[in-house]
Amino acid sequence: MQPVIPIIILALPLAMFLVLGLFGNKMSHRLAGVLGTAGMGVTMVLAYITSFTYFFSGNSEFFDAETHTRLQAVIFNHDWLSFTDSLVIRLGFLLDPISALLLVVITTISFMVHLYSNGYMRDHHGVWEKGFQRFYAFLSLFSFSMLGLVVATNIFQMYIFWELVGASSYLLIGFYYTKPSAVSASKKAFIVTRFADLGFLLGILVLSFYTGTFNFTDFTSSEVAEGVYAVNAATAEGIKNIFATSAAPTFMGASVLTWALVLIFMGGMGKSAMMPLHIWLPDAMEGPTPVSALIHAATMVVAGVYLVARLFPLYLMETAALDIIVVVGALTALYAAMVACTQIDIKRVLAFSTISQIAFMMVSLGVARPEFHHGLGYMAGMFHLFTHAMFKALLFLCAGALIHAIGSNDYTAMHGLRKHMPITHITFLIGCLAIAGIIPFAGFFSKDEILTATLGHSTLWYVWMSAVAGLTAFYMFRLYYLIFWWKEHKVPEGHHAPHDQPWTMTLPLVILAVVSCVAGFVPMGNLVTWNGHEMFDNVNFFTNLAALDWSVAGISLAVAIAAIALATVMYKKENPMPEKFKNALPNLWRWCHHRFYWDELYMFITHKIIFGCISKPIAWFDRKMVDGTMDAFAAITHKASYAIRGLQSGNVQMYVWFYLIGALLLGAITAICLL
Amino acid sequence: MFSNILIYFVIIPLLMLGGFFLCRNDKQVRAVAVTGSILLVALSVWLLVDYLALREAGEKAEMLFTGSWSWFTPLNINLAVGVDGVSVAMLILSSIIVFAGSFASWKVDDMRHFFMWLILLSTGVFGFFITVDLFTMFMFYEVALIPMYLLIGVWGTGRKEYSAMKLTLMLMGGSAFLMLSLIGIYYHSAPEGQPLTWNILEISQNACIAKEWQYFLFPMCFVGFGVLGAMFPFHTWSPDGHACAPTAVSMLHAGVLMKLGGYGCFRVAMYLMPEAANDLAWIFLILTGISVVYGAFSACVQTDLKYINAYSSVSHCGMVLFAILMINTTALTGAIMQMLSHGLMTALFFALIGMIYGRTHTRDIRLMGGLMKIMPFLGVGYVIAGMASLGLPGLSGFVAEMTIFVGSFEHADMFHRVFTVIACSSIVITAVYILRVVGKLLFGPVYDEHHLQLTDATWWERLSTITLIVSVAAIGCFPNFFESLIKFTFSPEIFRAIGLN
Repeated sequence: MQPVIPIIILALPLAMFLVLGLFGNKMSHRLAGVLGTAGMGVTMVLAYITSFTYFFSGNSEFFDAETHTRLQAVIFNHDWLSFTDSLVIRLGFLLDPISALLLVVITTISFMVHLYSNGYMRDHHGVWEKGFQRFYAFLSLFSFSMLGLVVATNIFQMYIFWELVGASSYLLIGFYYTKPSAVSASKKAFIVTRFADLGFLLGILVLSFYTGTFNFTDFTSSEVAEGVYAVNAATAEGIKNIFATSAAPTFMGASVLTWALVLIFMGGMGKSAMMPLHIWLPDAMEGPTPVSALIHAATMVVAGVYLVARLFPLYLMETAALDIIVVVGALTALYAAMVACTQIDIKRVLAFSTISQIAFMMVSLGVARPEFHHGLGYMAGMFHLFTHAMFKALLFLCAGALIHAIGSNDYTAMHGLRKHMPITHITFLIGCLAIAGIIPFAGFFSKDEILTATLGHSTLWYVWMSAVAGLTAFYMFRLYYLIFWWKEHKVPEGHHAPHDQPWTMTLPLVILAVVSCVAGFVPMGNLVTWNGHEMFDNVNFFTNLAALDWSVAGISLAVAIAAIALATVMYKKENPMPEKFKNALPNLWRWCHHRFYWDELYMFITHKIIFGCISKPIAWFDRKMVDGTMDAFAAITHKASYAIRGLQSGNVQMYVWFYLIGALLLGAITAICLL
Repeated sequence: MFSNILIYFVIIPLLMLGGFFLCRNDKQVRAVAVTGSILLVALSVWLLVDYLALREAGEKAEMLFTGSWSWFTPLNINLAVGVDGVSVAMLILSSIIVFAGSFASWKVDDMRHFFMWLILLSTGVFGFFITVDLFTMFMFYEVALIPMYLLIGVWGTGRKEYSAMKLTLMLMGGSAFLMLSLIGIYYHSAPEGQPLTWNILEISQNACIAKEWQYFLFPMCFVGFGVLGAMFPFHTWSPDGHACAPTAVSMLHAGVLMKLGGYGCFRVAMYLMPEAANDLAWIFLILTGISVVYGAFSACVQTDLKYINAYSSVSHCGMVLFAILMINTTALTGAIMQMLSHGLMTALFFALIGMIYGRTHTRDIRLMGGLMKIMPFLGVGYVIAGMASLGLPGLSGFVAEMTIFVGSFEHADMFHRVFTVIACSSIVITAVYILRVVGKLLFGPVYDEHHLQLTDATWWERLSTITLIVSVAAIGCFPNFFESLIKFTFSPEIFRAIGLN
């Protein structure tokens, strides 16, 4: 493939960022919006062309027809910074199943959000939000960074763009920079993920020190032609052997490779908001809602999943690391789902739901083994990443429409909106059905694959994750009923009733809703697998349906329907049942409502321990002890000079006395010496 | 003598000094300052192009553009000049900062004298970077230090006399150690029977400083330069000095003068006494490792903008010395990159702080807030400087720090590993203090209603800021160019000297 289109895919969003960032203030709002949206539209089309070429052209650089294997193609790879001869950071473009998939996901959602923001970022009278151009500039910067992240050819390139998405996320969360809560949320997001990135960086250092390379293909694949690679477990095994034979094969009981992989996963935990590094994501909802849809639901937060998927063959070599991923994922999934049941702010509910769903993907990767259905878990995780991006972006954009119409984030201010906002109602319902896992919506298929893969690994986690899936259906429909049902609030005098939104906002909702209905039928098993091997011989529209394991799917469907039924009974109309539940389990409710006090714990650690017990004493030590010593030198010198200055009295008699005493002393010494 | 391009780095500032004597008003002073600093930038770019062309042509000598003119024959003191990639990089850095500094001090009291001292200071800096003669180097070093006293003492703010005195005395204390060490090196510079020399290249070729003497001289030399590089526990002049210094002086001081420390440690201490450096590195690794996190933690709780930045400089300059002590190509390259990067971004920081202070008349972050809304240009500049400081890819801090970390990680033993991890952890703490100050100072509601009347940057302030931002971004976006410029310096000859393969 010629590198022209891939280069444009990366360069166009960057150019948009520079143009809008530098000259945005000189443009009209409309022009900035149109320019940003058009730029993203072109990028999307080019990304589609690239992905479709990759998946369906059957070119020999992308697909090995003999073994039915998808290959990894390095389209270009440019030296950027060479540390040593072998450790070189390159900026390149790696096309393989997961990066091609992510190209589609990112550009689609990004384009929808660009389009949607044209309507969202102005009030009901059509007045543009202040900083509208800046908003589009940052969106473009984010899109550029995220695209750069997924097409990275080496782990350091990924780290570079990893940091850049973090920074653009910081800028966008803090978009309303005069609002203190937004400022502290953006700060929190950056610092928490930075802490995780420290782990990522150390992991990279360890991995690259022993292997002498940053390239992904050197970790996981073998070269089959120039610039074309095939995933090869033998390569990963070779890497493992390097560690086994190195001078320090273990550190504190675990192999160094495990350490490296766990540290790298720590970076993923930060970005993907896994417990205990999840605390930034709910606060990140302070950003404008389209940003939450793009960054904090569909794309950036799945970077951690993507990272694990990218290095998956290596993780397979150290199953201890995979087990850690499963445990972290499963705990996070349950935790977030429980918390989501008790939140009032609709964006927070969605945020916790996102955390929980990403945890599903993590678990799915963690349980994937080549022995079980050709690594079904890997495929399922990526499949869920894809479907989740669509329906979660849809849910967030619906939430944005609601917030835009009502002017509040709390469901208590909403209620009974289904008559006033029919389109939002229908699309939101589709989103809920998709995430709850009702056939034939997108989430059903991907979640079912995940549960199947989990069952193949361990029954315990299967039961656990099924329960979480049930909770998911419950809290989503709780939210749905609380927003769209119940008795509506009276519209105050002089205000008009809430209504559906302009076409720029409606169109993305409708498109994403349609996608959420049909995305489950994408035969992902033939597109994305851990080693590129196709799972099915022939595919058609009903492949996924035919491949269902009904013993698993039936149970999960039943669980989902039961959960929805429960939610319907409890929340369809205002009734005392939720209160009764709450009073029956007051402690559980309180802990869930306060998110198990993680934020308070972090506050304690940062304020009391880091600031109070480390920084303040150090600053004090510096001023009083270190600098005090220096000042003491000065003071002693000063005092000493002051004390002996009396000797210089100018009194001649005194000087004669000194002279005499000195002469006598000298004489005495001479005499003693001579004797 | 005048056919050597390097000598003009000293001649131009001297001519500028002459020019200032003739100036009648501020306008003329500005004209001289601007012309001179543009000439210096042009000269350094020319030098860069020439240098690269020569290297391209296969010039393998360690130093290019060498020349030597006798100055005091009985002691064999020469004005010996020569540059390698590191010095070229430092010269470019200095000229950019002098340029930006001239524009940043567009309006100061008693401009003529201010600029005279400022340019005298930069004469010392430029002279220091071009010489390869220890004595001349030391002389230029002192020339760079003394004007600082007057610049802070006269044009400063706050407790300026105290700070000026403290800064000068502490640096002079360092110089005393340095002088001793340099004289010691001189007396061991050549084997028995051959004339003694001050020339760095000759000394390193002779390589005849006995190991016992190295153990004695190296620590003194390293501490002497280390004081200027703000090495713990000799850094306390830095917060006070920076806080009281006028804008351009802070810029030059943090941007260039502190680099003299790192450069000296590399060029003199490590280069001439490699065995001792290798054996004693651990002591200084501990000290600089402490510097890195200690400065960062201290910066977290400061409330004065300049103090925050001064402590941040302690942390970042600590990283320079830390990397130098790792003694391998990657880490050394990283150290030099960090010098460039830190020089530019701290200059940017101090320039912006000066501009903000000039408007709000306070540097206490508790008394400010929401300035982004009032002065967007300065605000955006500050955010960019902050992002560079916390190591955002695309800006200079990232490439420098990553090179240092990768280089440091090449040592596989536990001691180096532990300190590398400690140094790495500073990236988190840096994020904490940078975002803290950005959040308080620029974002949030406007704290003081009087600030609403303030204006955004003027054209000279914009020029100064943009120059520095572009430089920071250039290093961050095209690091390979700078890396290859610097890396060639660490040629096999040097590594033979340092005793590594």
